[in-house]
Amino acid sequence: MCGIAGLFLKDEQHSQALGRMLSEMLTVLSDRGPDSAGFAVYGQPQAAKVKLTLRARDEAYDFADLGGRLAAHLGSEVEVRTRATHAILTLAEDDAAAAEVWLRANAPEVNLFASGRAMELYKEVGLPASVSARFDLPTMAGSHAVGHTRMATESAVTTAGAHPFSTGPDQCLVHNGSLSNHCAIRRNLQKEGVGVETENDSEVAAAYLTWQMGRGMNLGEALEASLRDLDGFYTFVVGTEQGFGVLRDPIACKPAVLAETEAYVAFGSEYRALAGLPGIESARVWEPEPATVYFWERG
Amino acid sequence: MTLVDLAATPLRELNAALHALPQDTNDTRWTIRNPRGQHAVAVGIDAPIAVEIEGHVGYYCAGMNQQASVTIHGNAGVGLAENMMSGEVHVTGDASQSAGATAHGGTLVIGGNASARCGISLKGADIIVKGSVGHMSAFMAQAGNLVVLGDAGEALGDSLYEACLYVRGKVASLGADCVEKEMTEEHKAKLATLLAKGGVNGGVDVGDFRRYGSARELYHFKIDNVGAY
Repeated sequence: MCGIAGLFLKDEQHSQALGRMLSEMLTVLSDRGPDSAGFAVYGQPQAAKVKLTLRARDEAYDFADLGGRLAAHLGSEVEVRTRATHAILTLAEDDAAAAEVWLRANAPEVNLFASGRAMELYKEVGLPASVSARFDLPTMAGSHAVGHTRMATESAVTTAGAHPFSTGPDQCLVHNGSLSNHCAIRRNLQKEGVGVETENDSEVAAAYLTWQMGRGMNLGEALEASLRDLDGFYTFVVGTEQGFGVLRDPIACKPAVLAETEAYVAFGSEYRALAGLPGIESARVWEPEPATVYFWERG
Repeated sequence: MTLVDLAATPLRELNAALHALPQDTNDTRWTIRNPRGQHAVAVGIDAPIAVEIEGHVGYYCAGMNQQASVTIHGNAGVGLAENMMSGEVHVTGDASQSAGATAHGGTLVIGGNASARCGISLKGADIIVKGSVGHMSAFMAQAGNLVVLGDAGEALGDSLYEACLYVRGKVASLGADCVEKEMTEEHKAKLATLLAKGGVNGGVDVGDFRRYGSARELYHFKIDNVGAY
């Protein structure tokens, strides 16, 4: 069992409250996933900049020093913002690839959880309410966000095994369920040159979607393709820089509720996660159909 | 009328109060506000009362119901009225999976759609769905009736025993051992009674429904198959 919460705002009315809304949703979903929590928040992109989300084992880690060394290597500016065990490094888009290579070689003690123009990704072991407070989620603003509360089944309770998983720029996925053919898919992806860092089945699903989108599919098409290739139980919620998608497997054992108003689309594993949202009383609330792709993209 | 606001009153307190009602209670009308998707709202009632729930509920609402009439003004989560014994449960919106699972008696009316496994292992209750039902509905249903005014998803009535299924719309596919059966005058009269129970009065022609039931090929042991075990 796991819990999923997602929000896709249609306008700016609630953008300052995005983090607070998601935090409340995740807290309600604690009893579906008390061992870890995580979330990806899509904020305002800065022109020609990219954000790398890094994570260290403990809060004392000197991210400022790491940022300084990286800046010296790149010969360009690196801005460092720290939140608990995570840091967001903002740097020139053109330097992103070189920065990732340098970090992997020179800072193996940190995880590179995500990169993107808009997305920041935070996850840790612990109760959802404490993870949310630790990263100060309620203060975060943005256009859309995806969150997860985990009750581990397929791999260990570790921060790297928590959701969301990000396997491509501004892409993230959260999963409730378990995949039965993730080993075969992982091998196939490796042959295609797509790396998967953990033993986790959900990361394979994320990497699969990244691979399909890299081949030119949009999010909706990639989700459609995963119905053919991924076997197992799943409710996925995925985010891209401009989009937000939902997919349930054909058996649909894992719960899902969608709500839509003029202002937002919201996803919750159960309705109670949505009960505190503004205007929910008059929202259209429905259960997404099995084996049916739902996605919203900004024009 | 007794009003319970679940924004202020703990759910356990509400359910305990409902369970404590004597058979001859004068508190026969209850209104429950702010259920906010909580699980197990108004479960296990065994008293002739009417309960109105204003808002969406979570899992297992009105489970194990006896005698009571429970109305949900909103949607219901998984397992609505599961194992109901008698009485009536009515949800004005949609019901999630496994609505009416193993229900022995009483009537379950779903104003919108029911998702997968509606009436799974049904044991005698009547379920009337005004919208459509999802896949594997009436799986292993043993007794009772499932009436669907809309469509039915894949594998309707898989491994069906003696429940009767009536569907007005399209059936995506029939499950193992479920077959279409003749709609006789007797069945039309029975269906009319069921529709009336569901509050469907007029505007619906019983002649538009098809009837499905068990081929009875699967649930009897056949000595010819002994080698297969």
